[in-house]
Amino acid sequence: MAASVRAHPWMGSSAPGVIEDMLREIGAASVAEVFEQIPQDHFRKSLLNLPPQLGSEIELKRDLLSKLKKNKSCEDNLNFLGAGVWQHHVPAIVDEIIGRTEFATNVWGSYQSDHGRNQAWFEFASQLGALLNLDVVQLPVYSWGCAIGHAARMAARLTGRRKILVPQFMDPERLSVLHSYCQPLELAGAIEIICLANSTHTGQIDLADLIAKLGPDVAAVYFENPAYLGNFEANAAEIARLARAAGAETIVGVDPLSLGIVKAPGDYGADIVTGPVQPLGVHMNCGGGVGGFIATRDEERYVREYNGFLVSIAETLTPGQFGFGLASSHQNSYGSREHGKDWTGNSTYLWAIAGAVYMSLLGPEGFAELGRLILARARLAEKLLAEIEGVEILWPASGFKEFVVRFDGTGQTVAEINARLRAKGIFGGKDLSGEGLGFGQSALFCVTEIHTTTDLLRLADTLKEVLK
Amino acid sequence: MTRLPQFHAAKWDEPLVMELGRPGARGQLFTLPDPESGVDTALPEALLRSDRPALPELTEFEVQRHYLHLSQMTLGMMGVSLFGTCTMKYNSKTSEFATLRPELAELHPYQHPETLQGVLEIMHDLDAILRALSGMDQFIFQAGGGADAAYTMAAVARAYWQDRGMLHQRTEMVTSIQAHPCNPATAASAGFTVINLPLEENGYPSLEALKAAVSERTALIMINNPDDMGIYNPEIREWVRVAKEAGALCFYDHANFNGVMGKLSARELGFDACMFMLHKTFGAPKAGGGPAVGAYGCSAELAPYLPAPIIAKSGETYVLDEDRPKSCGKIREFWGNVPQVVKAYAWARGMGAEGINLASDISVVANNYMDKKLGEISGLARSNPEISLRRMEMTRWSLQPLYEETGVDTFAVANRMADYGIDPYWMSHEPWLVPQPFTPEAGELWSKEDIDLWIAVLAKVVEEARETPELVKTAPHNQPIAQVKGEVFDDPSRWAMTWRAYQRKRAAAKA
Repeated sequence: MAASVRAHPWMGSSAPGVIEDMLREIGAASVAEVFEQIPQDHFRKSLLNLPPQLGSEIELKRDLLSKLKKNKSCEDNLNFLGAGVWQHHVPAIVDEIIGRTEFATNVWGSYQSDHGRNQAWFEFASQLGALLNLDVVQLPVYSWGCAIGHAARMAARLTGRRKILVPQFMDPERLSVLHSYCQPLELAGAIEIICLANSTHTGQIDLADLIAKLGPDVAAVYFENPAYLGNFEANAAEIARLARAAGAETIVGVDPLSLGIVKAPGDYGADIVTGPVQPLGVHMNCGGGVGGFIATRDEERYVREYNGFLVSIAETLTPGQFGFGLASSHQNSYGSREHGKDWTGNSTYLWAIAGAVYMSLLGPEGFAELGRLILARARLAEKLLAEIEGVEILWPASGFKEFVVRFDGTGQTVAEINARLRAKGIFGGKDLSGEGLGFGQSALFCVTEIHTTTDLLRLADTLKEVLK
Repeated sequence: MTRLPQFHAAKWDEPLVMELGRPGARGQLFTLPDPESGVDTALPEALLRSDRPALPELTEFEVQRHYLHLSQMTLGMMGVSLFGTCTMKYNSKTSEFATLRPELAELHPYQHPETLQGVLEIMHDLDAILRALSGMDQFIFQAGGGADAAYTMAAVARAYWQDRGMLHQRTEMVTSIQAHPCNPATAASAGFTVINLPLEENGYPSLEALKAAVSERTALIMINNPDDMGIYNPEIREWVRVAKEAGALCFYDHANFNGVMGKLSARELGFDACMFMLHKTFGAPKAGGGPAVGAYGCSAELAPYLPAPIIAKSGETYVLDEDRPKSCGKIREFWGNVPQVVKAYAWARGMGAEGINLASDISVVANNYMDKKLGEISGLARSNPEISLRRMEMTRWSLQPLYEETGVDTFAVANRMADYGIDPYWMSHEPWLVPQPFTPEAGELWSKEDIDLWIAVLAKVVEEARETPELVKTAPHNQPIAQVKGEVFDDPSRWAMTWRAYQRKRAAAKA
């Protein structure tokens, strides 16, 4: 290394002379010599052309901020987008804890040296299990869609069947992920995805269509509660009963924030429960805050089908003391490679710690209060919007925090309306008009605990103004 | 002479959070709904929760204190971690700070792209940096980790062969028994039949074995190089040529990129696609298992099959290209773990071409320095001892001689090293081709003094294994808890993945 090259603050051995010391120790004449395994004609021929180094923290910070400040955030604008990522309150303590270097670091230690992190993971699973009324919760997988994919494949292995029934009104984003997990039909082991009709009057699954499609080849019925378009699946217990009678598994997707007021899926017959982790104290992060959970009853037949990390409590060599470790770990891909249950790897485990902190801050009363507040705010938003001429709520008062707003009566497209709202600092609902749902110019609005009455009045007033 | 640290971890005997608190205590209040709003918030009876979830009830400070205790009982790289195959990096606080700001944290992926120009610019710029490093034509960041990037390759290969009407024929994937388990596992989950090639004495599968394995049935091959032993396959160019001659797609798993970054271009070696782990190589923390990012890059020929959206530039504006009729579909919602992408961009800009080249130099020099020092400790054996050539950025070692001599195994040694404040090492992926393995990786973060300390602690533990083997076998002794007894982990009657399950099983055992 030339003497004129300065040490780099991120590299311990970049201080002058250190490389030379090590080379001397190993008896190598040059750095090139330590790369002796690589044939000369393998080294790159093209010049490595990268943007100039921003070696000082001052320069780097300025570059990052100058770019990030070009974004317009949901903090500076009034946001009504949801559909897979939702704007919820993140308590400040959550950021403090997950920002701790002991947690936000690369390392993977032992059951003893990472005891605190493992306990936090167990507490995530335990608290989520309490909300779901289920005894087994896996550490989160990449996303809710990925959780549904793994759950579908679990169900196929459990039943030996190769069809899954899903609602016709399913989030296209999650459905596309599920398709990826179920494979093209040309390949061995593919799972066929069949859509169940939804009632256009209630949004709920058409039970007659379910009965017609539930045959001996169906591995699972999947539904969400609340569903993609916001409505609750009021017949959840009946769907689960019908599925069980046909020998199929019931896979349910739930919003964990609804569970302070809404019946736990474990109590209406769900066999495998999935859902998003992001609402539990994770910022939206432009979609980078997602994670998905999978939970079941504590039955060996289910536990043996999990793909990832199950953290169990265990005794230590000191009597009366407890630690934590990975249960049934040989069955994942680390232990069994291509014979494992699907695959796993680095996932979204930091969000499990966020979730643990979040759930312990709320407690049972907090979840009930949060649920009631979200419900009240969403209902109020529906009421205020329904009063606007030409605006219609598709299924009023049928769901939790999301609802479909139809704009056909206004003669304007959602794209036009959203552009005008955006100019006034409001991000309108997700445009559904291109999704082939048959609801014309409609948008999925999301209202949560962060929205005040004043915010909702502003939305209604601004909508009236832009629709004039 | 390196002085060994006198270390003892914080030990709080911390109860589970579910055991703390008191009825009615609160850590978070929400606004009470306005009764004047005139809305009916009743839910149908069938939907109503009637029980009270058994969650803890604590004050805000109690929650903070509890989780700070847990962070203190996590060594988490506060010692020296030479955790091989994962490339321990410094995770810059500048980028942590930037990504916590609302300009990133409070963005929604469905916002209109004109409101996301900053984040799109950063992702576009990192794409350009990764293209320069690999020679590929397009990167995406949708994959949630390295394994998910391998899965992306399998999904892209499916779409590629389906588009040619050959998916029913091209059903096999070829890899080596030494490849990371995610390669065979993701290919199998994607529907391919996996062929694992065995290693020869030189540390990699023979070209003849590859020639025998590839055929008109091969959809793709997936290879990492150098492998986890630190061995570089000098025939890799020929491998790619042979595989492509059979029509297969070639995927370079760049899990071990650190030692060759700036030195090799996957595209110049002939590969069609590759992946980088932004959480390993590019300084984004993987936080004990994610959020991570598997940046997946491919040639222009494969680009039409990439999952949407692609970030593109139209004039001076960044746009999301969703119109991709040949796309393999989504492998995960949205566009990836965006904060991690920003952190990787920050790392790459903070390093520049010269810093990246220097880091690979240091990581290979430091590993060879460590090899020399480890070779001086009796009881240790280098993997593939017949290979005398200098290893790349890591080397797999074996404690088999020590185990035979003392009965102390690699788990015990790792546990005992932690008593000195040294983070446990990575042993090996399955299957263990080397008995009693450990795989240190020096990297560029740690100073020579840190590496010397790590080696001195290992030497001390080897000495203890000979003098007081029970001390090592029952380690750790200076950690927050004693050695965990693992027999419950495969016992359905005793494993407990939630507090509910534990309470139920404990009650049943007492009854």
